[in-house]
Amino acid sequence: MSSLISDVIPADAPDRALREAAAERAAGLAVPSPELEVWRYSRIAELDLSASSPAAVRTTVTGAEQVPVADPALIAELVAGMSVHDVFDELNAAYHRTVAISVPAGKVLADPIVVTHHVEGGTAEHGVALYPRLVVHGGADSEFTVIERFESSDDTYAVVVPRLLVHASQAARVSYLGVNLLGANTWQLGHQQSTGERDSTTLLGTVALGGDYARVRTDARVTGQGASTKQVALYYADGNQMHDFRTLQDHMAPKTNSDLLFKGAVQNTAKSVYTGLIRIRENARGSVAFQTNRNLTLSEGAWAESVPNLDIQTNDVKCSHASTVGPVDDEQRFYLESRGIPPEVAERLIVLGFFDDVLNLLPVSSAGTLRADLRARVAEKLQHREPDEVSR
Amino acid sequence: MSTLEIKGLVASVAGKQILNGIDLVVRSGEVHAVMGPNGAGKSTLSAVVMGKPGYEVHAGEVLLDGVDLLAMPAWQRAQAGLHLVLQYPSEVPGVGLADMLAEAYRARGRSTDDLVTDVAAEAERINFPVALLDRSLNVDLSGGEKKRNETLQLALLQPKIAILDELDSGLDIDALRDCARRVEAATNETGLGVLAITHYNRLLEELHPDHVHILVKGRIVASGGPELADQLERDGYEAFSGGEAADETAATSALDDLFAI
Repeated sequence: MSSLISDVIPADAPDRALREAAAERAAGLAVPSPELEVWRYSRIAELDLSASSPAAVRTTVTGAEQVPVADPALIAELVAGMSVHDVFDELNAAYHRTVAISVPAGKVLADPIVVTHHVEGGTAEHGVALYPRLVVHGGADSEFTVIERFESSDDTYAVVVPRLLVHASQAARVSYLGVNLLGANTWQLGHQQSTGERDSTTLLGTVALGGDYARVRTDARVTGQGASTKQVALYYADGNQMHDFRTLQDHMAPKTNSDLLFKGAVQNTAKSVYTGLIRIRENARGSVAFQTNRNLTLSEGAWAESVPNLDIQTNDVKCSHASTVGPVDDEQRFYLESRGIPPEVAERLIVLGFFDDVLNLLPVSSAGTLRADLRARVAEKLQHREPDEVSR
Repeated sequence: MSTLEIKGLVASVAGKQILNGIDLVVRSGEVHAVMGPNGAGKSTLSAVVMGKPGYEVHAGEVLLDGVDLLAMPAWQRAQAGLHLVLQYPSEVPGVGLADMLAEAYRARGRSTDDLVTDVAAEAERINFPVALLDRSLNVDLSGGEKKRNETLQLALLQPKIAILDELDSGLDIDALRDCARRVEAATNETGLGVLAITHYNRLLEELHPDHVHILVKGRIVASGGPELADQLERDGYEAFSGGEAADETAATSALDDLFAI
């Protein structure tokens, strides 16, 4: 493994020793077993890591001119606090290409910073493994949005293993949106972490439309009193895709708030998994946490799993979770059809309506063009069904 | 001039026969009231005629201007000129009234250029608060607001024949009056034919039917003019049930006897 480091990372990289150590550790670790709860229902057993060679990801950034270059010492300190769970975290530590964004205290950015990862280079014979890392630091009382896009073509054979670290300092308002527009032969194994200090607000948004097997694990921690965090996701898997989400709302301080709304659709023979945990620690009295996951199964052969969990270690908290999996409601369908609307149009209205609240919660400032684009992509996906597989 | 003909309609839901041979003819400009007690088959009649999935037709015909409606799915029946005002219109989160009407217009090949102004004008006419027009369909609307919304859609889509399924349920007297007057106006302005299905007399005080039919146990047991509704108000459904209600009483008594042993 360590010999590969030379191919991807320059010999004079300042963190070379750290990378080599991580690569050594990774070499001793196996791909996780689906027997583990956090990988249950996943397609991880299909992964052959040796089929893909580490490569450098091409990343472009727009909007970064709004902020000064991040202080390397600050970023190193944040990275040192990142949790490491498995071989993918170690591989990312070894091969990462990092984009670091630090918004100074008190600064409010008018436009989002957009980070785009162009996943490319892999073929069916020689796949590539890419390890982008995005570190986002919001100084005290700052306010801004970062959008991270993942793109690849359908003929790109790649495994992308992104890590995200978001840190909101006191009273900072940090919004993040990850958009998966990956091609049909790209895997994604993402791991996201956020921490929110006192009175901060973090919003972590996810849109997953692409990829073959695309997974995001998100650990959202509120560490300071009065901090709040919100997670929102829209996912839609068709063909043989699988979207897989594992979320944690971790309350580590008193009077903290968390909210989560994940809405997904599956069709054809696609699958989705959502498992989420609300953890309210012993010192987090007076906290409020909500978690909602709703899934539409749009074809008979599609499958969605939803597993909410609670771990409440103190009294004086307000918590609720809800989860649903099912087809389009017959009464809604008949109502629209009784107005003369053809079935496929009625269903498009209902499905877009289903996603409407999530779309409105996504941190999108640019006059809603992304929102309109996402609606168009959802409507386009709906057409990829044969009439006889529509679930009724 | 349009005609809805229901001939010898026999239908069941979930394996249970509910309609036992219904005959009705509704022409443009006419208002027919079908009155019946709970369980008589009122909602089944509206669902079967509109084409709601889950109902099975065993015999009979439903024709609109001679066209066989039973051969069509609901959306084609609507395009053919039939409309159903639902007793409990569904909430459709994230779908606005204008979005829905725009698709309903497009499906009929109608221009949507004047849709927004038309909706606003109708909303004012039916006293539907303009502020509610941006809400998702029926979400967070009161009973009266839902029925005003239903009536607004009826007015804009301008069907030939409308079935009102218990328009009077769940709304206050002001909303009832506004909705009934708008429907009555449509019978004069666009020649709308109306089949109003209802449990109570109070809708008819506003809607002024030309014909009243009494539906009991899936059959029309009496038909007449508006005076029939007055007679019903006075004597109750029992007077129209005849031997059939007695049959059921007998059967129930026999069961009671059985359990008494």
